Amino acid sequence: MADLTFTDQNFEGEVLKSESPVLVDFWAAWCAPCRIVDPIVHELAGEYGEKLKVGKLNVDENPNVSQAYSVMSIPTIMLFKKGQPVKSVIGAQSKENFKKAIDEVLAS
Amino acid sequence: MDKIYDIIIIGSGPAGLTAAIYTTRANLKSLIIAGAKWGGQLQLTTIVENYPGFPDGIQGPHLMTAMRKQAERFGAQILDTDFVSGDFSKSGGPFKVRAGDKEYEGKAVIIATGADTKWLGVPGEAEKIGHGVSSCAPCDAPFFRGKNVVVVGGGDSAMEEALVLTDFAQNITLVHRKDSFRASEIMQKRVKENPKIKILFNTQVKEILGDQKVEKVRLLNNQTNEESEMPIDGLFVAIGHIPNSKVFEGIERDERGFIKVQDHYRTNVEGIFVAGDIHDAEYKQAVTAAGFGCAAALEAQWWLTGMK
Repeated sequence: MADLTFTDQNFEGEVLKSESPVLVDFWAAWCAPCRIVDPIVHELAGEYGEKLKVGKLNVDENPNVSQAYSVMSIPTIMLFKKGQPVKSVIGAQSKENFKKAIDEVLAS
Repeated sequence: MDKIYDIIIIGSGPAGLTAAIYTTRANLKSLIIAGAKWGGQLQLTTIVENYPGFPDGIQGPHLMTAMRKQAERFGAQILDTDFVSGDFSKSGGPFKVRAGDKEYEGKAVIIATGADTKWLGVPGEAEKIGHGVSSCAPCDAPFFRGKNVVVVGGGDSAMEEALVLTDFAQNITLVHRKDSFRASEIMQKRVKENPKIKILFNTQVKEILGDQKVEKVRLLNNQTNEESEMPIDGLFVAIGHIPNSKVFEGIERDERGFIKVQDHYRTNVEGIFVAGDIHDAEYKQAVTAAGFGCAAALEAQWWLTGMK
C-alpha cells in the first residue's frame, strides 16, 4: 500500500483500528540515518502491497504518539497488529532485516 | 557476465568512497558494496570541523553524500546492500563476494568497512538501546529536551556528543574512567567552558537501571571505590569503536580485531587491500581514512596493471 502519513490525529483510525498490519516509520528531518531508511521503507510499501499498510510519522510534529510508544531513538520502525505494537526495529538496517521482522509479524 | 569487476570495494565511509574515486578515474570497473547503513560513522555526526577544505565546517552526512556523488560521477556502481561473505582463499584472486542475495567477482578487493560503536557491556544496557541508551546524540538528542543525561567517554566523539546535547538537555554529566581526556584541546576547552556539562573523572558505569527505559545509572569511582546512583533519562555511549572485521574469513587480524596491514596497505592475501578504521588503530580521522583509501586504491591499481 502506498506510503501514508500518520499523525497524532489519525493514528487511532489509520493504525490502531487498521484491518491489516501496519508499519510505522518514526522519523524527523534532522535525522541523517532516517534519510537512509526512507527509500527502503518506500520500496517495502511497494513490495508488500495490500498485505501491509506503510506510513511515516514525524516525531517533532506528533509528540503524543511518539511518547506513548516511548520512541527515543530514530529511525524506529514499529510494526502494529490489531492495535498493538508487536515488533520494533531501531536504527538504520538492511532491507533484509526489515523484511525479516515484517515476515515474522505477518506470519504470526 | 556483467558481475565481474576489476575491483570490489567493501565499505562506503571516507576510505571506501575515496578509493572508489581513484579506481574509477583509473578506468577500473568498480563495485562498491556500501552496506544498508552507507556512509559510515560520519552519517552519525553533525558538523565536521577538521576536514580540510571546509573553513566553516561541513555536516558529516553532507560530506558523505558529496563523496558518494563524486564516486558515482566517475562511474562507480554503488550497492546499498550489506556484505555477506567472501571467498578470499585464492591468493592473487579473483575473489567471489556475496552481497545481499547476489554474488560478484573482483580481480582485486579493498576492505574498508570501518568500525562500529563499542558498547559498555554493563547490565541494563543492551535492552535499553533505543529507550534511553544511544550512541548517536545528533540522532537522538532532541528526545532529551529538558532532561538529564550522561555521556560516557573521553575522546572527541564523547566531547561532540556532550556538546550536541547541550542544545536540548538540561544537565549533561560526562563520565570518564581515566583522570584526563584524550580528546583534542579545542574540544576539551568547549566542554569545560560549557556550564551545562559536569565532568566526572575516574568514574565507571556499573549498571543502567530502569524498567522500560533509562531511569538511573550506577557509578563507581575507581579511586575511592565508592558507588553511587544518579537519576537520569538518557545515556550516550562514546567509548570507541570495534573494527568490522569478523566477517572476513582468511584475512589476518590482530588481537583487537584490526586487520593486519602488510607493506603498502596489503593484507596477508595477495590482491586484497585494506583502508581506514578497519586497520587503523591510531588516527581514526575522516581525513586519514580518506588518505588510506587513496593509497589502497593506487596500490590495487598498480598491482592489477602489473606496474609494481
